[in-house]
Amino acid sequence: MSLEARGVSFRYPRRGRRMILEGVDLRLEPGERLGLSAPSGRGKTTLCKLLAGYERPTRGEIRLDGNPLPGGGAPCPVQMLWQHPESAVDPLLPLRESLYEAGPVEERLLEALQIRPDWLRRYPQELSGGELQRFCIARALGPATRYLLCDESTAMLDAITQAQIWRFLMEESGRRGLGLLVLSHDRALVERVCTRTAELGGGP
Amino acid sequence: MNPVLQVEHLSISFTQYDRGTRRRRLPVIRDLSFSVQPGQVVAVVGASGSGKSLLAHGILGILPYNSAMEGTILYQGEPLTRKRLETLRGREIALIPQGVTYLDPRMEVGAQLRKGRSDLSAREKSRNVLARYGLGPEVERLYPFELSGGMARRVLIATAVMEQPGLILADEPTPGLDARAAGRILGHIRERAEEGTGVLFITHDLELALTIAHRVLVLYAGETIEEADASDFAAGRLRHPYTRALWNALPCNGFQPIPGSQPGPGEIADGCQFAPRCARCRAVCRREASVPYVPFRNGMVRCRFPEGGERV
Repeated sequence: MSLEARGVSFRYPRRGRRMILEGVDLRLEPGERLGLSAPSGRGKTTLCKLLAGYERPTRGEIRLDGNPLPGGGAPCPVQMLWQHPESAVDPLLPLRESLYEAGPVEERLLEALQIRPDWLRRYPQELSGGELQRFCIARALGPATRYLLCDESTAMLDAITQAQIWRFLMEESGRRGLGLLVLSHDRALVERVCTRTAELGGGP
Repeated sequence: MNPVLQVEHLSISFTQYDRGTRRRRLPVIRDLSFSVQPGQVVAVVGASGSGKSLLAHGILGILPYNSAMEGTILYQGEPLTRKRLETLRGREIALIPQGVTYLDPRMEVGAQLRKGRSDLSAREKSRNVLARYGLGPEVERLYPFELSGGMARRVLIATAVMEQPGLILADEPTPGLDARAAGRILGHIRERAEEGTGVLFITHDLELALTIAHRVLVLYAGETIEEADASDFAAGRLRHPYTRALWNALPCNGFQPIPGSQPGPGEIADGCQFAPRCARCRAVCRREASVPYVPFRNGMVRCRFPEGGERV
């Protein structure tokens, strides 16, 4: 049981010959919270996109419990939480629609994430980044989700909102064995949240 | 010494259409007062939605058409009128913007720095200013898409300081940079301050603010709730319960959040905006019309029962 990158290399097609990632090995277990750090521009976001199936590796493979990621329209067990929630929700839809676009959402999650019922009627531009990020988390945590990849997900949020969100995710990780990949420049944050850390380009 | 920038009782509101033709006015910044001295870095810290970016846009006179601004803004002791702004903006008052998208994608870096001038003295100046930030003359011939994130940030600073401004407004100048790269950028900004420029540093990141700021203003729900010396934080000399909560929530401190969230511009209630989340809240805090912003222990606070002594 794990999410794995095996010898993954990647370069964007038609954008030069430069490899963004070269021979990356990474293993994330259920319930584990792995912190991944690397300087800007080393392909951390690209690695997340590969792990969640948004892109395919140029070489190497992504394995979920030893198999390729499931396709065919079923919700992917590997979900991403992006850095800018404003660009992860449709600006023309009230948040109720964005929230349920991936299927039903447990009432318990809305409570734990402190999503107020009247926010559901509002449009993204009427809410703050922290409020929107809570919706993105609730939407990403459908029953099929087993791994959540958090790409600088709280870098734009104030310290209180950041701590609220991570406290929630840590609890959720323990409760349902959710594996978290935590990408952050903030060393103190990674130390607080993660059970293990790795360097991109270093060991697994 | 005269302050470079003096903001008095500044309020910014937006007019929105709510269901058809019913208009409503949303107050985003309310009764904001502070000043920036020459050589001083003043940080404005607040959660997203607290109105901090609008402050920079208000000072520069680039607010959207459906907004209204009240109060006074003085630059070098004189009112900053629309006409005066036109001559000062980009020269005396410079913006270091949040995003790399503020660069013109179809113009070479050198030409952007020189704002179209091509005489010898302008060329020398642009080369010098790039060199100062560790960028060689070859960078002048690059287009923005050819710059790395860190290079683009240095170009944005270079653009801002080309004309030796008296005031720099830095609006989240380092998002997405790793700690070392961010440290370098902030070092450059601090260096300008040491040469006498006043800096208004707008950020959501308290920890980052404390690395270069002399004074820190904390915004909550569109109001300043505290003005403190940067050293007050580590020394535990804070005044407002929200500032304390922000400090305690940092990963390097307790990582302990308080529940709830900041009220939005349409949710402003009577009394203290922080009352629903405050452990020190008493009945009077919710009743009175608004809480006055007053001097307190070498700083300012908007709280009836601040830490370190009762005010009233």
